[in-house]
Amino acid sequence: MNKILEKTPLNPTVTRMVVDAPLVARKAEPGQFIILRVGEDGERIPLTVADYDREKGTVTIIFQIVGGTTEKLNHLNAGDFIHDFVGPLGRPTETEGLKKVAVVGGGVGCAIAYPVAKKLHELGCEVHSVVGFRSKELVILEEEFAAVSDKFCRMSDDGSFGEKGLVTDALRRLLEAGEQYDEVITIGPLIMMKFVCKLTKEFGVRTIASMNPIMIDGTGMCGCCRLTVGGKVRFACVDGPDFDGHQIDFDEAMARSSSYKEFELKAREDACNLFREVR
Amino acid sequence: MPNMDPQKHAMPTQDAEQRIHNFDEVAQGYTLEIAREEAARCLNCKTKPCVSGCPVQVHIPDFIRLITLGDLEGAYQEIAKTNALPAVCGRVCPQENQCEKHCVRGIKAEPVGIGRLERFVADTHNAQGDAAPAAPEKNGHKVAVVGSGPSGLACAGDLARLGYEVTVFEALHRAGGVLVYGIPEFRLPKAIVQREIDTLQALGVKVETNVVIGRTLTVDELMGEYGFEAVFIGSGAGLPKFMNIPGETLKGVYSANEFLTRVNLMRAAQPGSDTPIQHGRNVAVVGGGNVAMDAARCARRLGAEVTVVYRRTREELPARAEEVEHAMEEGIVFNFLTNPTEILGDDQGWVRAIRCLSMELGEPDASGRRRPVEIPGSEHDLPMDAVIMALGTSPNPLIRDTTDGLETQRWGGIIAEDGTGKTSREGVYAGGDAVTGAATVILAMGAGKQAAAAIHRYIQDKAHA
Repeated sequence: MNKILEKTPLNPTVTRMVVDAPLVARKAEPGQFIILRVGEDGERIPLTVADYDREKGTVTIIFQIVGGTTEKLNHLNAGDFIHDFVGPLGRPTETEGLKKVAVVGGGVGCAIAYPVAKKLHELGCEVHSVVGFRSKELVILEEEFAAVSDKFCRMSDDGSFGEKGLVTDALRRLLEAGEQYDEVITIGPLIMMKFVCKLTKEFGVRTIASMNPIMIDGTGMCGCCRLTVGGKVRFACVDGPDFDGHQIDFDEAMARSSSYKEFELKAREDACNLFREVR
Repeated sequence: MPNMDPQKHAMPTQDAEQRIHNFDEVAQGYTLEIAREEAARCLNCKTKPCVSGCPVQVHIPDFIRLITLGDLEGAYQEIAKTNALPAVCGRVCPQENQCEKHCVRGIKAEPVGIGRLERFVADTHNAQGDAAPAAPEKNGHKVAVVGSGPSGLACAGDLARLGYEVTVFEALHRAGGVLVYGIPEFRLPKAIVQREIDTLQALGVKVETNVVIGRTLTVDELMGEYGFEAVFIGSGAGLPKFMNIPGETLKGVYSANEFLTRVNLMRAAQPGSDTPIQHGRNVAVVGGGNVAMDAARCARRLGAEVTVVYRRTREELPARAEEVEHAMEEGIVFNFLTNPTEILGDDQGWVRAIRCLSMELGEPDASGRRRPVEIPGSEHDLPMDAVIMALGTSPNPLIRDTTDGLETQRWGGIIAEDGTGKTSREGVYAGGDAVTGAATVILAMGAGKQAAAAIHRYIQDKAHA
């Protein structure tokens, strides 16, 4: 059982929680994730480590409300307990030796992109951040990104935040302007990452994509999180979640991620109804 | 006079028609009357060939003789001398390849039902709900056990009885390892596993769930700042293997581990559970081991028509004979001498069929089994909406990647000395599937017990050096 210390809504569907988890906080690195269960019969869901404080022993998670479990999680408040909280899982994002990096985040994926950008910045790397959201209401972590980025491009689908357009538009401009990156790191919706990788391949820039497939145990046992990378089966929970973006079969990953779409929507509806009845 | 009935007493079972609609235990267990009659079939041979067939050398004729005398608690204590998990082993051991294979009665007729008698004795003992064992006096030495499956539980139990302060670290939210995430309720009720864990806790063993060794903590940290003098690694089998044929990442293709974890650990089929599972109508299970049988029978209970696809014949099936019989009774179809070459999907990325070749048996291969050979032109498609791959596992990389100096086999298994579990790292022992690759509960339990004895010697030698 892990206590929720703070809860902050970042936008109507995205929430930040600071959780008391000293063992996880001690080891967590950007790019890693945790798995939690909200209650006794709850499902196990992976969530990104958005931040951590080793001294206070806290881990910050940022999650979007998409299914039943995130709906239930969002009904917990500071002072409540999360039933199970295990991590850190996955391999940390490799940051060593990087001098200049573009970090490209989309939507709630920015919650993972930010700690990576922050760590690179702390290591003295030049960081160009490109973030995209559907609209102004959905923006998260704007100030945080601004504080750790040498260049910061804000994009939105409807132009209500920064510039109207896709993250790939901004990235293309940077690349065409002759920016030479050691690496592009991209985290966000699969479709976005697919097109970021397509673009960087054109420019021959090494690109790392952080994958977030469906998981159950998250420790290398069930094989649910498998992906095809370079024609081989790889497991996001122990081999990833970061992979060479130019080798990932994104179309397959997109198909697999939709396996439980109907369950997910129904579960969220059920959870909402449950809370409605309680009130 | 021994009972010379050539047949083993049948195990009372839940009717197949009924049990495919529930997850309750299939085998109901002997009654006292049946058990005493079955026990009377034992000739109490001087040579005890059955004992040599048991990986942990249970004192078989001795416990059976106590049953004939009506001393069931005595029989239990006799088994418990060498077996840490009798109620579990009586249910899941492949007796036909172990003790019962060597039974003298089996030469001319059926062997004594040793496994069924073991189960009866253990269940009788457990039903008495005896007082929890008193925690023995602590000897001041700390040992960490990684993993709470059969090897870890056996190792922890033996060390706790010797007075060690034992902490078991479990990666999942629930203790029991494969006994809870893998083996289904209808074959091994979870209450039995929980009872074993409760007993350990009563002995003073601490169980820390949600701790992944190799991530949350490392073996070095356990032996350094956490002050454990020895570590036993019983982290179990790891990542599922696939066939590397086209279509294995289609929606509706599961590893057996994923399918069983959803059903068993996450209780996906039960009301109130948040974990979803697809209910396939036509499910293919590829493989012929116990895991394949478990997956097939779970799918059947979720309402599917199930076909087991296996490239050899019934004789070569590695699963326990009883599981195969039960599966057949439950209406599971076996396509022997059949090998998948591709999984076909629909335009939405869901499984629609499995493409197979028919095989015939050729010359024996390195394993001594006749090698299946493809029959040219025998390609055929079986319409399916789910495929479960039960092809075994390869070791989990987390501990070997984070523990310097821990030597592993080329295929990833931890190298451990036979009989002690000693690894290349001082104070680090290992056993079970993490060492052998996927094997049986009893072999893992035996390895855990041997490692416990070796750890005891190691710590005592060090303390008195």
